[in-house]
Amino acid sequence: MNMEVNLAGVTLKNPVMTASGTFGSGEEFSEFVDLNKLGAVVTKGVANVPWEGNPTPRIAETYGGMLNAVGLQNPGIDLFVQRDIPFLKKYDTKIIVNVCGRTTEDYCEVVERLADQPVDMLEINISCPNVKEGGIAFGQNPKAVEAITKEVKKYAKQPVIMKLSPNVTDITEMAKAAEAGGADVLSLINTLTGMKIDINRRTFALANKTGGLSGSAIHPVAVRMVYQTAQAVKVPIIGMGGIATAEDAIEMILAGATAVSVGTANFHNPMVTEEIVNGIRDYMERYQVADIKELIGAVK
Amino acid sequence: MAEKFKEQAVVIRQEEISYGIYSMWLKTEQIAGKAKPGQFISLYCHDGSRMLPRPISICEIDAKDNALRIVYRVAGKGTEEFSGLSTGDSIEIVGPLGNGFPLKEKKAFLIGGGIGIPPMVELAKQLNCEKQMVLGYRDTLFLQEEFKGLGSMYVATEDGSYGTEGNVLDAIKENGLDAEIIYACGPTPMLKAIKEYAIANGIECWLSLEEKMACGIGACLACVCKSKEKDSHSNVNNKRVCKEGPVFRAEEVEF
Repeated sequence: MNMEVNLAGVTLKNPVMTASGTFGSGEEFSEFVDLNKLGAVVTKGVANVPWEGNPTPRIAETYGGMLNAVGLQNPGIDLFVQRDIPFLKKYDTKIIVNVCGRTTEDYCEVVERLADQPVDMLEINISCPNVKEGGIAFGQNPKAVEAITKEVKKYAKQPVIMKLSPNVTDITEMAKAAEAGGADVLSLINTLTGMKIDINRRTFALANKTGGLSGSAIHPVAVRMVYQTAQAVKVPIIGMGGIATAEDAIEMILAGATAVSVGTANFHNPMVTEEIVNGIRDYMERYQVADIKELIGAVK
Repeated sequence: MAEKFKEQAVVIRQEEISYGIYSMWLKTEQIAGKAKPGQFISLYCHDGSRMLPRPISICEIDAKDNALRIVYRVAGKGTEEFSGLSTGDSIEIVGPLGNGFPLKEKKAFLIGGGIGIPPMVELAKQLNCEKQMVLGYRDTLFLQEEFKGLGSMYVATEDGSYGTEGNVLDAIKENGLDAEIIYACGPTPMLKAIKEYAIANGIECWLSLEEKMACGIGACLACVCKSKEKDSHSNVNNKRVCKEGPVFRAEEVEF
């Protein structure tokens, strides 16, 4: 039985990875999960300099999910290179670094710094709804998506994954623009912009007022967008959005994802990523699937 | 690195000890044996529509029998679900989490406000010094028996129905108390006032903070507080309540 998948020439031992921002750089979760069992660890977004993030409260639970407005707090590339990459190198898993920035130059600076680092792929976050500059501003206009993809590609030594936002009229337009800009892989979806109001205090639940909705509640939206995007582009897709079980992951693969990222479910069960790997294996045994690649986009 | 465990804990017993306030003893495999006063556990809902764990402070530790007691207020659907558990039911928990209180041998105030009182029980049991418990309640008292024999106890109630009318600092003033160290847990306005009191009087002070959490283990950066020192994660003066905390030196945190 073969669970290996290939993303732009990078072979993952299985299609299960972590969704950026929910798993740090793996250190905290390594007390619960054997990182060697994962296809890849996708780190929390890192910028050229440290970012403080947003005021608290940064999160609020919602039915079947949560809103977050952490605002990309991160240590900056210097500390990240010195601390996080060596930590991840101890494990037999692929390293995908998520990159965030306020300007095109910020993104390119980080990408350039990572060029000679032992990381396997770069995921470019042009879809964070919780920062005022950068983030989603690059991800809601096809021209901007294509332009930043092209710029990043000039500096990148590793394959580039563009992470797309669902907060658009037609995600396939953004996907095609990223592909035209030279993206090697696409990942989708980031969180859906939402809001929660505390009716007892009559205040916003989040200090940032709005936040990104994630968790099981958004899974069907993500499956639909992965399916539509898979019809529209040739590059491989990493599917994410509310994956909490092996069944959810398989659904995403059938919709057209080559790999999947697990995010909010890590908060509900810190061991969930490993359990999803095992669950996919069980599914393959049950249905006598010799190679997981048979399942990619196999929905009829 | 501190050891953390994910376990299927079993409810030994549960009772409502005051209106909306529940006491639950849990049998654990390893968590109780490793837990320290001031640490907390994450409790996971059976209902998957509630994806986030509930962080609840540890009230008492029975290391010999590997049991833990939590005392919590029903504040929403998650804690409502927990309150329905009975003897023999199981619940997933992760712990022990956070740093806990430092145990120092100095004349101490153990100050608890409302649902911040529970962690003071185990702290009082383990501290080896002169202890003065100063407990603030809205109206009805709970966890009074637990502190008997562990030190002197002073109570403040908002409505004045028991002890000093007012807050914990009013009780300290009214009784003319003093201490060399303060341990406190309770609502943020109380902690803020205690911080000011401690600084004004030159008293060493440790505060246990609360913030909305997601992962509970330091990865998601949801529960940060403004800190004087650079934090170890991002180097930006945002310490994680779940990891570097929940207990901080009063001077260290900014409200």
